[in-house]
Amino acid sequence: MEFGPHLLLAILEGAVQAAVLTLTAVGLSLVFGVMRVVNVAHGEFYMLGAVLAWCVTSTLGGHPAIGFVAALIIAPLMVGLIAAAADIFILKRLEYEPKNTIVATIGMLYVIQQVTLIAYGPEARPVQAPFNQRISLPWFEFGDAGFALTWPWGFGTTTYKLAVIVAAVVVLIGLWNLMARSRLGLIMRATQLDREMAQAFGMPVEKVNAMVFGLGAALAALAGVLIVPIQQAHYLMGAEPLLLSFIVVIIGGLGSLAGTVLAAVVIGLSDGVISVFFSPTLAKILSTLFVALILVFRPQGLFGKRDL
Amino acid sequence: MSARSKTLALHVGVILALLLLHFVLPTYHHGNLARIMVLSVYAMGFNLVFGYTGLLSLGHALFFAAGMYGSGLTIAHLGFGAEAAFLAGVVSAFIISAIVGALALRTAGVALMIVTLMFAQAGWYTILYFGEYTRGDEGFVIQRPDRVFWGIDLSDASNRYLVALLLFAATLIITLKFVESRFGRVLVAIRENEERARMLGYDIFRYKLGAVILSGTISGLAGASYGLLFGYVGATFATVQYSILPLLWVLLGGAGTVLGPLVGTAFMTYLIDKSSEYTAAYMIVAGVVLVLLTLFARQGIMGEVRRRFLPWLP
Repeated sequence: MEFGPHLLLAILEGAVQAAVLTLTAVGLSLVFGVMRVVNVAHGEFYMLGAVLAWCVTSTLGGHPAIGFVAALIIAPLMVGLIAAAADIFILKRLEYEPKNTIVATIGMLYVIQQVTLIAYGPEARPVQAPFNQRISLPWFEFGDAGFALTWPWGFGTTTYKLAVIVAAVVVLIGLWNLMARSRLGLIMRATQLDREMAQAFGMPVEKVNAMVFGLGAALAALAGVLIVPIQQAHYLMGAEPLLLSFIVVIIGGLGSLAGTVLAAVVIGLSDGVISVFFSPTLAKILSTLFVALILVFRPQGLFGKRDL
Repeated sequence: MSARSKTLALHVGVILALLLLHFVLPTYHHGNLARIMVLSVYAMGFNLVFGYTGLLSLGHALFFAAGMYGSGLTIAHLGFGAEAAFLAGVVSAFIISAIVGALALRTAGVALMIVTLMFAQAGWYTILYFGEYTRGDEGFVIQRPDRVFWGIDLSDASNRYLVALLLFAATLIITLKFVESRFGRVLVAIRENEERARMLGYDIFRYKLGAVILSGTISGLAGASYGLLFGYVGATFATVQYSILPLLWVLLGGAGTVLGPLVGTAFMTYLIDKSSEYTAAYMIVAGVVLVLLTLFARQGIMGEVRRRFLPWLP
């Protein structure tokens, strides 16, 4: 393949990664923004989403689409409930003191991951996509015969990958509506701005916390369900999205949802593009160092206004 | 007895008890305890920053690995002897902790945890990236002839135990002295109330940096000795897990107590050891213990002992 189609292919792959990453990172950012909790177990909720998707689809059987649609509803719901319970029984009792909270979420990370290892096993398992037609993409060329369309071999994408991108956009629009238009979103934003004042005005701050923690986890789980037909479900798959989400949330400015979305798209795309042309390990070295230095010299993030 | 002589008696007693165990323990536990002592050196290093200064670093594996690779790589590629390699390991950890400390301490709280985590991740990826020299995840073995330190063959089980004990005893005494020193007391003051310490005229940044460098260098010393004593250098020791483990050991044993790191490391090592007999998912123990500790026992074992029985415990 020539350079042009190759680059476009890398961007398409990057866009799929960016879509999934955006959902995961927005979940992390929401939890940090409203609750001031750094959730180290966030990647495990993503993993749980993928693993539960496998469980649901393999139990239901029938046409892959039936199982998948069921998984899209059941997995985020269950993960959200688990996370809300974790908030009520663990984080709330710690009164969200930063150091204890982070230690507790590290503990939760190991518990979730290892329980999955016991219950699900160490294998990576695939989930069939509900639909998966290949689309070949055309490429244009200026040859001897002038302008011509060609169909380079291997140059294309699948309908499922495009659907992932569309789904992520739809969910984000829904989330934005929830935050900006609904009463619930208003309460969440009020809690984010001034927790004590919100409580003084009789807002159910404790319920908001459990709900936000559940919602953040459900977003990660949804991302996990969406990715599982492309990547297999494995009990260790949470580490990578956790690191990337951290990078995204920090660069986007902690707690700023718009910044998070922007950073996720930029990083997801560039990660896809960079790892096609360079060593992915080198890219990771540079991006982790970059994030550390941003926190040191510009703690409000590249787009954010708030201090950590 | 005064608190001071009680302290002295207790710590000398612990060292003597460990020496006594050398002669009575069966082979398996003997080897285990040697490992525990080296790892408690690492935990004691971590405790200086976490327990005494009140800073949570999630990247101490970087310092441990700096010591380990600083000595391992100089042996493997530059033909250093064990003595020079050990020194190279400690110096690498010193330099890296100075750089990381100077940068990371510009932040505080949550940002500090993430910055240290990110630096350690970058270190781990760097080890993987230079797989040609470091052999990545697989790691490499330090050959027996390279593990002779001042004529002592460190691959011998008996020598290994005694050298580990020597390192442990030295670090224990240094920590004890440090905690009682002016510097150590200022660190505790910073932990308890940073603003007040600043108002009293202490240069907070300088004290914190000193703590991070001392802590990082001790961690590197533990890493360098681990490589030389057990003959293996691998990228696993640079992963997040090895940043979390000292946190777990110190929390369990009691943060801000001199003996806590030993107690926590020993307890946790045996707990993980036992549970790995039953399941491959033995790290679940670490997770459960972390959650339970934050919920119900933030003082840890020695912290509880201090609160209930021995108020003079340093």
